[in-house]
Amino acid sequence: MSATTSITKAGGHSSVARLLMRNHIWVFLALTVVVFSASSPYFLTVNNLGNVLTQAAFIGILAIGMTMVMIDGEIDLSVGAILALASALAIGLQDHIGIWPAVFVGLLSGAALGFLNGTLVALSGMHSFIVTLGGLIGIRGLVFIYTGEDALMVSDFSYTDYPEIYLGPVSLTAMIFIALALFFQWILSSTRHGRETYAIGDNIDAAHDAGINIKRHKIINFTLCGALAAIAGILLSMRLGTAEPNAGKVWELWTIIAVVLGGTRLQGGYGSMWMTIGGVLTLAVLRNGLRLLNTPNYVELMVMGTVLVLALLIDKLLSRQEA
Amino acid sequence: MADPILTLSGITKTFPGVIALDKVSFDVRPGEVHALVGENGAGKSTLMKVLAGLYHPDAGAIIYQGQPVQIDNPLAAREKGILLIHQELSLSPELSVAENIYLGAWPTNALGVLNKRKLRRDAQAALDAMGCSFGPDDRVGTLSVAMQQMVEIARSQAFSANVVIFDEPTASLTDTEKDQLFTTIRGLQRQGVGIVYISHKMDEIFELTDRITVLRDGQVQGTVTTKETDATAVTRMMIGRTLEAYFHKADSTFRDEVLRVEGLSLKGQFGDVSFSVRQGEVLGFYGLVGAGRSEVVETLFGIRKADRGTLRWQGAEIPLPTPRQAIDLGMALVPESRKEQGLVLMMGGMENTTLPHLASYARRTVMDRGKERATFDEYKDALSIKTTGPEQPVSTLSGGNQQKFVLAKWLCAGPKLIILDEPTRGIDVGSKSAIHTLIANLAERGLAVIVISSEMPEVLGVSHRVLAMAEGRLVGEFEGEEMTEENLIDAVSHHLARPAAE
Ligand SMILES: Nc1ncnc2c1ncn2[C@@H]1O[C@H](COP(=O)(O)OP(=O)(O)OP(=O)(O)O)[C@@H](O)[C@H]1O
Ligand SMILES: [Mg+2]
Repeated sequence: MSATTSITKAGGHSSVARLLMRNHIWVFLALTVVVFSASSPYFLTVNNLGNVLTQAAFIGILAIGMTMVMIDGEIDLSVGAILALASALAIGLQDHIGIWPAVFVGLLSGAALGFLNGTLVALSGMHSFIVTLGGLIGIRGLVFIYTGEDALMVSDFSYTDYPEIYLGPVSLTAMIFIALALFFQWILSSTRHGRETYAIGDNIDAAHDAGINIKRHKIINFTLCGALAAIAGILLSMRLGTAEPNAGKVWELWTIIAVVLGGTRLQGGYGSMWMTIGGVLTLAVLRNGLRLLNTPNYVELMVMGTVLVLALLIDKLLSRQEA
Repeated sequence: MADPILTLSGITKTFPGVIALDKVSFDVRPGEVHALVGENGAGKSTLMKVLAGLYHPDAGAIIYQGQPVQIDNPLAAREKGILLIHQELSLSPELSVAENIYLGAWPTNALGVLNKRKLRRDAQAALDAMGCSFGPDDRVGTLSVAMQQMVEIARSQAFSANVVIFDEPTASLTDTEKDQLFTTIRGLQRQGVGIVYISHKMDEIFELTDRITVLRDGQVQGTVTTKETDATAVTRMMIGRTLEAYFHKADSTFRDEVLRVEGLSLKGQFGDVSFSVRQGEVLGFYGLVGAGRSEVVETLFGIRKADRGTLRWQGAEIPLPTPRQAIDLGMALVPESRKEQGLVLMMGGMENTTLPHLASYARRTVMDRGKERATFDEYKDALSIKTTGPEQPVSTLSGGNQQKFVLAKWLCAGPKLIILDEPTRGIDVGSKSAIHTLIANLAERGLAVIVISSEMPEVLGVSHRVLAMAEGRLVGEFEGEEMTEENLIDAVSHHLARPAAE
């Protein structure tokens, strides 16, 4: 309080307390695991946990890209549609150009659409909510045109063998998710691009004043987000052996929920892949646990909704305490 | 005398409807502190933004280290060694000190991977050169405003700045922090850095600077040597007339008590504060920045929750209000910091002014534009606000003129009690006296007024009664003859000199 000691640091929490506060989702995840282990004998088995990880991987990979975009202070609603398009292209083109070229085209389509999203956001000054909402509708339309409204099937079944590669209980899909998450965490924490993501979301004026190329930066992140959505779509098509025109519908919402649940802020400037992994796993554990308990679908939705609001409330309280 | 390190000549910059800079010429020599002064909206910040690469001039030349240069963007300016310390700090709170110092210019390898060791080491060196007490890994959001400012100034070491520009740097600093800032500035000066210093505070300008350049309506009125001039002459250059060193004190009769506060306490902020204020009275709160005055009035207004204390409003005891209830009772609080004062930056000045009182400007539900316009005109004149019209978005107004709209917004509510927290911070000397007159008029119309100010002449000049505050306590009350600078200083320093009781 006194004038002479006023130049001191605010906020006096220890670094451990701060780490916990900033990653409270992991505490939450541990809690749910304990609860479900106690209430279902099937939950805490290596097989089941391996399944949870695989189920989490698709939303998880979408969430990685979403996290990049959200730390920038933007949002991408088109990821579900991009996932569907990439999966349709990867399966639909196989018979004509071969498996790997088809996969590559699928991937490219995601990156290209992400690039388009980013360019529109950066150059037009429109809010990404609007731009990618347009993307969501338009791209889904494209999927319907391409698939002719029917599910596409693989003819070469070697394609569906890849998801059967396991390392112990961990599927290839899950491994790809974890590897990508770690890689992007490294991007966020250790590369210039990653740290600038925070700078832009946190205080865009300061970033601009410092000469950071904000437009280029955002275009890159939207492109990454689109490419990641395509990866999720391709992995999904391998797993299912079909490409449904409705694949990934409302997944953009589950993705946003997972990211926000993890603690990444919608306003930008704050978040990490650790948080996102935590959020994604929490959602997956909840869903899996409730199903093991034979909870009806609507109850499941209600529980998930409540958990989301609760988690956000905790986040709000903690961040207020920290300030 | 050394040759200028930086010379601006014939700089012109126009915005829609305003000539912000009109053929401005200005120079900075190595090792000097050059003051840039002028009324709100005179063009000071605009000129400095041209230098920092944020605006591109329509015409004119910039000569830097003997060469004509073009400053395309902020990073280019910084890399040339020209650094602007913004009026509103320009930092990312979530990033570390080191990352903020080098924002936009982080060391990386060819693949874009950050060299964190180098970043840390370089930042540490810059902080050491400045004698900072915090480290490169601290998160900027956890630092005080003064420390955050040091982070910005540390960029001068990191980029070996030759010219550093300070735009109203002391607006939210305590006296001690201000002294530290001045020490830092003198240190830069000794390194041969040329410094531009923008401020509305004459005492600072005469304490710190070597030369003074006066801007008025985007034109240079002249450059003078500080030693050879005085505040009166500078003020005359700024506003084109002499300002009477005279405060207009309200000539009003005190009537019924509007507010009585007893034993108001908030743990860690202030304790046992009791006072009252009557209709027609101007009550001053004097104290150093950090004494707890803002906290007290924010508590009255319900922004903070008190631990203890009672309020009587117009004689009747009431529970501590919420902000909405406070407004409904007839209180108005003009807080000290612009950012939280909630100007809607994209809206025009008129809409901002009438925003909290829309009901009184609407016929049924349709807005009465004429009435709104009349209010806008009234306050534009009373506060001499410089704007091209009611529609000009407040985001494009100069800092001081934004401040004036905040004042207008609360004044036009027709409150019974108005609380003004540092009403003239960031306001030019000419408009200051307009605001003082306005305060007097309010009291004469029968309002109760509370004025918080760290400027002694201002508190003494406008108030009928002054309360002195230090470290969260009321340490003196002065009225009439007793209202002198000595008494106020005595009361405050007496308290501060005592060993801490808590
Ligand atoms: N982006 C903009 N668009 C339109 N007008 C602007 C813009 N920026 C500044 N102006 C106008 O230019 C003039 C000069 O503004 P400037 O901010 O340079 O004043 P200042 O001298 O720094 O004032 P203060 O003491 O209040 O900070 C003002 O009339 C302002 O409204
Ligand atoms: Mg200014």
